[in-house]
Amino acid sequence: MSEISIEDVRIVPQSMPDNNKPSSAGPEKNVKISARRLEFHYGAHQALFDNNLDIITNQVTAVIGPSGCGKSTHLRTYNRIYDLYRGHRAAGEVLLDGKNILEPGQDLIELRRRVGMIFQKPTPFPMTVFENVAYGLRLHYRMSASELADRVEKALKGAALWDEVKDKLDHPGPALSGGQQQRLCIARAIAVDPEVLLMDEPTSAIDPVATAKIEDLVEDLKQQYTIVIVTHNMQQAARISDYTAFFYEGYIVEYGPTKTIFTKPTQKRTEDYITGRFG
Amino acid sequence: MPSQGYLPPGPPTPDAARPSRSRQSSGDVLFRLGTGACALVVLILIVAIFAELIWGSRFAMREFGWRFLINEDWNPVRSIYGAASVIYGTLVSTAIAMILAVPVGLITALFLVELAPPRLSRVVSTGVELLAAIPSIIYGMWGLFVFAPWLANYVQPGLQGTLGFLPFFQGPTTGLGMLTAGIILAIMILPFITAVSRDVFRMIPPALKESAFGMGATTWEVTRKVTIRYGFKGVIGATLLGLGRAIGETMAVTFVIGNRYQIKASLLEAGATITSSLANEFSEAVGNELFQSVLIELGLILFVITFGIQAIAQLWLKRVSRSMGGGA
Amino acid sequence: MRPRPQTGRKLADLAVKVLSGVFAAVALLLLGWILYTVLQRGAAALNWAFFTELPPPPFMEGGGLANAIVGTLVITALATLIGVPLGLMTGIYLAEFGSHSWIAGPVRFVVNVLMGAPSIIIGVFVYGLIVLRFGFSGYAGAVALAILMLPVVARTSEDMLALVPNTLRESALALGAPRWRVTFGVVFRAAKAGLITGVILAVARISGETAPLLFTAVNSPFWPDSLGEPTPNLTVTIFQYAMSPYTNWQELAWGASLLITAFVLFMMLAARFVLRTRSI
Repeated sequence: MSEISIEDVRIVPQSMPDNNKPSSAGPEKNVKISARRLEFHYGAHQALFDNNLDIITNQVTAVIGPSGCGKSTHLRTYNRIYDLYRGHRAAGEVLLDGKNILEPGQDLIELRRRVGMIFQKPTPFPMTVFENVAYGLRLHYRMSASELADRVEKALKGAALWDEVKDKLDHPGPALSGGQQQRLCIARAIAVDPEVLLMDEPTSAIDPVATAKIEDLVEDLKQQYTIVIVTHNMQQAARISDYTAFFYEGYIVEYGPTKTIFTKPTQKRTEDYITGRFG
Repeated sequence: MPSQGYLPPGPPTPDAARPSRSRQSSGDVLFRLGTGACALVVLILIVAIFAELIWGSRFAMREFGWRFLINEDWNPVRSIYGAASVIYGTLVSTAIAMILAVPVGLITALFLVELAPPRLSRVVSTGVELLAAIPSIIYGMWGLFVFAPWLANYVQPGLQGTLGFLPFFQGPTTGLGMLTAGIILAIMILPFITAVSRDVFRMIPPALKESAFGMGATTWEVTRKVTIRYGFKGVIGATLLGLGRAIGETMAVTFVIGNRYQIKASLLEAGATITSSLANEFSEAVGNELFQSVLIELGLILFVITFGIQAIAQLWLKRVSRSMGGGA
Repeated sequence: MRPRPQTGRKLADLAVKVLSGVFAAVALLLLGWILYTVLQRGAAALNWAFFTELPPPPFMEGGGLANAIVGTLVITALATLIGVPLGLMTGIYLAEFGSHSWIAGPVRFVVNVLMGAPSIIIGVFVYGLIVLRFGFSGYAGAVALAILMLPVVARTSEDMLALVPNTLRESALALGAPRWRVTFGVVFRAAKAGLITGVILAVARISGETAPLLFTAVNSPFWPDSLGEPTPNLTVTIFQYAMSPYTNWQELAWGASLLITAFVLFMMLAARFVLRTRSI
């Protein structure tokens, strides 16, 4: 498996034989995001080493690994959200549709419209349910009030929340239940019509019933969006993802179709983690 | 290390060290510059205050030099000005205030944190905060019309009767003077000392106190041996903050100190402080370049003193909270 | 080893408990005494004329401080208009960009120092800066009060903005919002109660200030036609009238004292109320 060569830019999902790729489109078209020799530094501390990963379009990719392995860090380079902090620094390349978003000239606002993010804890803004969803829409588009209302409704339906909140659109977002809040955040993210959804342990702060709803939702959402989900829950990864990347101490140890990773991992460390021997 | 041999780190990419910066929206550039400019105003302000005070006191400095600080004479008619009496007045009234307010404030803080039941503690806390909110000039009114006569009628005669042999308590019992100013100042800084010490005492890890109680110590013993010892440095910071307040306090002192430029041992005598002379004389000085310059130099002296105290207090409290934060 | 007698220890404990209770009681008693005095003597001076008429000459009954009430309101409002935005922006800079900037440390330090700087110094400063060039004016008074507000607003708004969790900022940024919209649209809403509290406390602090107005706005027995001239205000009036030998002026000073005290304490209570009822 270590036959990575510099020229071979496309082989990154090492343990993923070609015949396992989605058959309809050719491989070039299928890749939404590619990380190339991606490194990450928190000041003097290096958190990611030589990460190479291809995220396949309209599939759910799960990122798993023990805590502190860099999976969230990796995810946070895809929309450059780490830019908020001093000393946080990525090097290498992250290609979104072939264009390196780590370039200095990258328009972050457009990047983040295309790449939405859901966080570990629900983060409803301190405003009404409606305003929460409308927030991003107003940022990026000009539209009439009626179209805005339509778009908000569509987003809430897309997040399977409409039926629960259609009568309380003017209630404060933070007053919803935890699971509803998280779906509100999903609605807020999909309202601006992104291409990719990043989910950073989106169900870790939520009860099991609400978690099931969100997992179902992810299944639906992948028709339209490319989804990358960080999770510490192995069952969740197995249930909802098509591909799985296993991170360990800043390295990508193994990447491939979820079924393969969970049934025939090629790396001992992956197997140990999946079977619960550590982590 | 896990991945050795499997995924070699490879040669470092050439731009590994280059920070990735991005194009900011023009709104954000403006936002950062705008808020930054406001923050810069604060820095400019402090420099401007110093510059203005030094520039304004140039006539007085040229005329009197360093002797200004030790000359006791204050005679506007003959244009002789010395700051010794007002500096003395400032120091003495502040000293009285500190001697009274620090122990009372500390023990009140202990009461709030250690002894009082929560509900009572909340009531007293609110009372202390209100005491801090009352404007200085109201203390002045109350001090001049109510407290000073009360002292003159009920307290000062008794004081002279018992301690009158001391030079500190001789002279007139008008109610106005150093002692009254000091007491009013004490009441005014009491809330600060109480509030800051209360916060310091609250930062002490409960486990520390519980272990002392667990050994059978009484409340006072825990307070003395754990709370005070642990919070000692914080209390010093609180005292410094109170000191800065007391030295700069103006209106209340101006009302009750009597406004006389003299140095007398008796605390019952009238006196003047830097702040009271500024408040009283400024209107007299308009048009008189030297007099005005003298007053501005007094302001400069006051600002240098309070700036120094504040600076020390800030640095000290920062250090203390860091060291306590580590322990908590 | 013999057991140590406990009577002494228990006595010391009791003594301190009693003493601390006494001190706390004294603090409350003083508060009560001051408030009672102000209320009793101030209420006697308040009547319709107090709010509607100009100050009377010495020894004349009647008259009021209507001009000073208006002057104080206008000066305070103008000071708030200058001081709050400046303080707020400074607070924003410290909270949002403070970790990226070398001036944040010094600015924070100076803000703290200014908070403890004697207000009379600010008066002298503005006297030299503005009054010596343009004469006594309400504008100069407002500038002095604004300088006093600035550090209070800056400090509280920095503290309040810092309390807003970073995940909220991240989620707004992740939607593609620019920093300034994140701050004003999302972070401000989350910190609303705290920010309002800071402004209220700052207004409360300056509305009782006298010393900085002595050298700037001074006072005037007339209606304030413009802020470009000496402007009547309550606190300097209190000072001048209380020091005067005329009993009718002293009575008016008490009325003004009650007004100021009631306003300041009302603001304090309002600040507490706002902080307690955090809405969305």
